[in-house]
Amino acid sequence: MTQASLGDSLVQKEVHAQQQNNGVAANITHTQPLWLLAEVTYRCPLHCAFCYNPTDYDKHTQNELTTEQWIQALRDARKLGAIQLGISGGEPLLRDDIEDIVIEAKKLGYYSNLITSGVGLTEKRIQAFKEGGLDHIQLSMHDITEEINNFITNTKTFELKKKVAAMIKNHGYPMVLNVVIHRYNIGHIKEILEMAEALGADYVELANTQYYGWSLVNRSQLMPLKEQIDEAERITNEFRQKVGNKMKIFFVVPDYFGNRPKKCMNGWGEVFMIVTANGDVLPCHSARVLPNIEFPNVREKGLEWAWKDSPAFNKYRGDDWMKEPCRSCSEKENDLGGCRCQAFLLSGDAESADPVCSKSPNHHLIEQAIEESKNPQIQAQPIIFRTDKNSKKYASGESTERIDSFHAIP
Amino acid sequence: MENNIQPTDIYALALHHRFQWEEAQSSYVILFPEGMVKLHGGAGEVIKRLDGKLSVADVVTDLKATFPDAQNIENDILGMFDLAVGKAWLRKVN
Ligand code: SF4
Ligand code: SF4
Repeated sequence: MTQASLGDSLVQKEVHAQQQNNGVAANITHTQPLWLLAEVTYRCPLHCAFCYNPTDYDKHTQNELTTEQWIQALRDARKLGAIQLGISGGEPLLRDDIEDIVIEAKKLGYYSNLITSGVGLTEKRIQAFKEGGLDHIQLSMHDITEEINNFITNTKTFELKKKVAAMIKNHGYPMVLNVVIHRYNIGHIKEILEMAEALGADYVELANTQYYGWSLVNRSQLMPLKEQIDEAERITNEFRQKVGNKMKIFFVVPDYFGNRPKKCMNGWGEVFMIVTANGDVLPCHSARVLPNIEFPNVREKGLEWAWKDSPAFNKYRGDDWMKEPCRSCSEKENDLGGCRCQAFLLSGDAESADPVCSKSPNHHLIEQAIEESKNPQIQAQPIIFRTDKNSKKYASGESTERIDSFHAIP
Repeated sequence: MENNIQPTDIYALALHHRFQWEEAQSSYVILFPEGMVKLHGGAGEVIKRLDGKLSVADVVTDLKATFPDAQNIENDILGMFDLAVGKAWLRKVN
């Protein structure tokens, strides 16, 4: 699904009220999988250039979990303390049992969120979701222009998205829009925010592209300039002032242009658990790129074992695994060394500092990527869209186009 | 106090927010799109009482009656309202 919709941005959205000491300190705990992301299918009618699903997702489209298996996973995760549920994909609405999953989620006391492109949302289905107790729907939008929406998703979905937005509003749902930002729409931030306001959005997430999965393959084609990002942030702040509390706007900063990495997933195995379409249990979206880890699967030992005891979930918990410069770094609590997947994909060493960090010996890899993205010849290479055909080529090894410099298939 | 809470004010949970007891956290939480807060101690007791009818003064009276041993809780309660309104967890009904 669209980027940063649950993971990274969770960190931003934690409400830290501890400072306000009125005897009512509020915070968030760090010992339970508070967030369960159910990536119920990798099938998707859209072909977004920035999709962060694995490029070899095609391998996992044949063996999806059944309704009963999902319901069991929901129950088990709830016992472990999960409370926010994201139903995502691919496009979750390609499954016809989302209604059953929603009803079970409500029964169990989850706060549930459907993360969708809008394709497949009908009056009948949204009615059933409302009755079943779905709490909110997060819709991905791409641009104010039909041209760019249709180009970047490689589908004609512009009009449909507007219709779906109205449907969400009509059913009394909070309107949560997610917009992935890249070279093609970063110049339209103001217009995008105005559109969101006109649609009556309550929350808008402007998620700058992070480079995993298909977006890593298309990195040079998608990456905007630093100046464009600064300008986008300035416009966002201005807009915030104007709309106030009525519309909450999150601007997810891109890590490539910072000099410290993000605290990926708020820490490995700290608050976030993903169950993928085929039942793999992951601490983050792209964890399968990492070497020498066997991820648990719900069909085997269940979620309690996966979260508490599996070697995979314990591997990068805490900071024992760190190498220099992270190990003795005074800032390690802030970012826990950044993202393991990014470190491995780019440098080939999963235990090294995230190359985004200016203290990393591999930081030049990021600088190089930024330079490449400005190179007109590289820019001119066509986008490789997220299609089953392209995925099959990567999965079978038939193609390594634009991935051979990475240390795993993104 | 930044939000000028008045004794006659009536508050309710903001739209699209849910308040519930979480066994796994042994505390009350407020849930909203893409976020949650865990409420410590007295905060949950305050929010629990907001039914869209009781005024701030009513809540204070009720809490004083429920916790007769607690000292000077009025300021804490007003502080809680101030925080919750500032965070947009509550909406003013009257
Ligand atoms: S192709 Fe687009 S809509 Fe489909 S899962 Fe990927 S980002 Fe989401
Ligand atoms: S050296 Fe490692 S721990 Fe220190 S700031 Fe960089 S990534 Fe974080």
